[in-house]
Amino acid sequence: MLTTIFGRLSLESFPIHEPIVLGTFIGVAILGVALLGAVTYFRLWGYLWSEWFTSVDHKKIGIMYMILGIVMLLRGFADALMMRLQQAIAFGGSDGYLNAHHYDQIFSAHGTIMIFFVAIPLVVGIINYVMPLQIGARDVAFPFLNNLSFWLTVAGAALVMVSLFVGEFSRAGWLNYVPVANLQNSPDTGPDYYLWALQIAGIGTLLSGINMVVTLLKMRAPGMSMMKMPVFCWTALCSNVLVIAIFPVLTAAFAMLMLDRYVGTDFFTNDLGGNPMMYWNLVWIWGHPEVYVLVLPVFGIFSEITSTFSGKPLFGYSSMVYATVVITILSFLVWLHHFFTMGSGASVNSFFGIATMVISIPTGAKIFNWLFTMYRGRIRFELPMMWVVAFLLTFTVGGMTGVLLAVPPADFVLHNSLFLVAHFHNVIIGGVVFGLFAGMTYWFPKAFGFRLDPFWGKVSFWGWVIGYWVAWTPIYVVGLMGTTRRVRHFDDPSLQIWFVIALIGAAIILVGILAFIIQIAVSIKNREALRDTTGDPWDARTLEWSISSPPPAYNFAFTPIVHTLDTWHDMKERGAKTPASGYRAIHMPRNTGAGVILSGLALALGFAMVWYIWWLAAVSAVGLFVVAIGHTFNYNRDYHIPADEVAAGEAARLAVEG
Amino acid sequence: MSASETTHDHADHGTRRGYLIGFLLSAVLTAIPFWLVMNHVIADAQATALAIFAFAFVQIIVHTIFFLHVNTRSEGGWTLMALIFTVVIIAIVISGSLWIMYHLNSNMMPMTAGDMTGH
Repeated sequence: MLTTIFGRLSLESFPIHEPIVLGTFIGVAILGVALLGAVTYFRLWGYLWSEWFTSVDHKKIGIMYMILGIVMLLRGFADALMMRLQQAIAFGGSDGYLNAHHYDQIFSAHGTIMIFFVAIPLVVGIINYVMPLQIGARDVAFPFLNNLSFWLTVAGAALVMVSLFVGEFSRAGWLNYVPVANLQNSPDTGPDYYLWALQIAGIGTLLSGINMVVTLLKMRAPGMSMMKMPVFCWTALCSNVLVIAIFPVLTAAFAMLMLDRYVGTDFFTNDLGGNPMMYWNLVWIWGHPEVYVLVLPVFGIFSEITSTFSGKPLFGYSSMVYATVVITILSFLVWLHHFFTMGSGASVNSFFGIATMVISIPTGAKIFNWLFTMYRGRIRFELPMMWVVAFLLTFTVGGMTGVLLAVPPADFVLHNSLFLVAHFHNVIIGGVVFGLFAGMTYWFPKAFGFRLDPFWGKVSFWGWVIGYWVAWTPIYVVGLMGTTRRVRHFDDPSLQIWFVIALIGAAIILVGILAFIIQIAVSIKNREALRDTTGDPWDARTLEWSISSPPPAYNFAFTPIVHTLDTWHDMKERGAKTPASGYRAIHMPRNTGAGVILSGLALALGFAMVWYIWWLAAVSAVGLFVVAIGHTFNYNRDYHIPADEVAAGEAARLAVEG
Repeated sequence: MSASETTHDHADHGTRRGYLIGFLLSAVLTAIPFWLVMNHVIADAQATALAIFAFAFVQIIVHTIFFLHVNTRSEGGWTLMALIFTVVIIAIVISGSLWIMYHLNSNMMPMTAGDMTGH
């Protein structure tokens, strides 16, 4: 009877015997209750629901993506600190403070969260916010789909968070590798949590990818041909084309593993013709292009910032575009370098090794383009530009260790070592994370109407940059000496000093993260002093800076006409003025709660399937269909902002700008 | 391409004639493989299988042209470009996977103790 109602969920599923998890749970519960209490006390539920949760405005959805990414960054970083602490003390006789079972879950959760629920939401968030403004559009092509994509990502993140306190997470690494993730080796809920969380979030990412590609192809302002798009839009286009191409592969691989685990098929076992290596093959067909899904938009961010703060057009715009497209194609020809040692033999390994080295050519071209943009420019070393310089130095080192790993014989020595772990943290922190911080600092005034406090921003900057180098240089060193990854305890005491240094580095990064949060708080407090009344605080060059900060719901009162690259710079040069009369009513999409409801049902479905609660799974699956079909009968989808309301808003803006 | 192309063009929704031609071609291309199999027209089973693959491939092209309306003009060429990209990626993924798994299979098959000293 109890099994019918609760599936395999029982009191033992709650880790009350694990003091670390219990302590975390109590902390999270207190904070959560406090947050919910505050929202209730200040009567914010109605406001949040009608203005944010149900919003189909790409700007608000972008901001919500950023909040999700930053919250999950705190969780992922907490995992990182726990691993660093464990590795710094677990030497010789000391066993550290984490048992193997718990440690394995932590490194799996860390990787999963950092890629799927930090990097992807932050990148998608910035694209969501900035790209439609850069192309002079009123919104994305499918505003409701955008809202649904966001909430599906939240549902996936929520399922991972639930696994912390109910049952356990996967112990099979960030890509849930078989054979560890097979039913036979992991009969617990871990891989199921992983699979359902990522399938749900993956649908969100795929829908968002389609949305962004259609927006970029169909909704550009008149006159903006492909080669007049800002570079950030080009990189967003290539990144989202990659999303559309690769996420179905991941979904299919995960679906086959689900079938293995739920109905007993043998796709990835050793029986009946199954092959675990096929799982690695498929997840890395997704996995390598995914790296470029994250880093290409960040290259776009760096391009915009370098050009703005050097006061020059980007050097080699068309070579930047072609480099981006070439990377997009080449990223499909390199996936095997993630498993050179699996036994493919010389011809296969050399093909993929050479293809990998070839990718460094367009990437190197980009580095030179940024350097030549800076060359003889009037560089303003404000915070976004500081991130660019830190990126150029840090990322280049990471790129070179990457080329080193691309040589198959070298990879045979370094495979699965901490050298590899240091390499990908080098490119992801030095590339993606630095770029996201640069982008957040750069576009924050556009989104909120005031700049971020520069002092705390610099503290955060130096915390991240120094922290990165102190944390990861020793890991490169021990990796080169042969230390393998995902190890909980070491016997050789001579290695301990390196891990202690790495822990200190992680603590410095913590300072960077805390300073970032303080920076936001301080900036909100001093927002009047930091206020941007011009809409163009950095003297920038692209269209998003031609409207007020924050932009009105409809973005552009008049659709801009584009004549050249760097349109806004051109308009400023020619002294073009926005017309102050002749406004028309603006057609807008209406908010809807369907995205939140669908995602809530998807979350219930995932949870029910993880715990074998079949009745709940059936109810939520039927609910998903009913709500999705029901939503198609909702004809009350749009409204018009009357012309005089637009006129009033624009007049207020012009009055402020003077 | 100019912006007017990207904002004002529409997908081709086909004509009755196009749909009829597509339907007839599909029906014929489906009937022939059935006939090949049911009447044992070709003695060699492998040749029959290859012939079916060939007809299936032509069928895909017929569907793409007559039912999905992919041509060089629709959406200012984007539909065709997306199709080419998809075909290239699928070709890379499938041929790459076959190549890799074939190599893994021949290199990594379970070995007996005697084999291990063999090379």
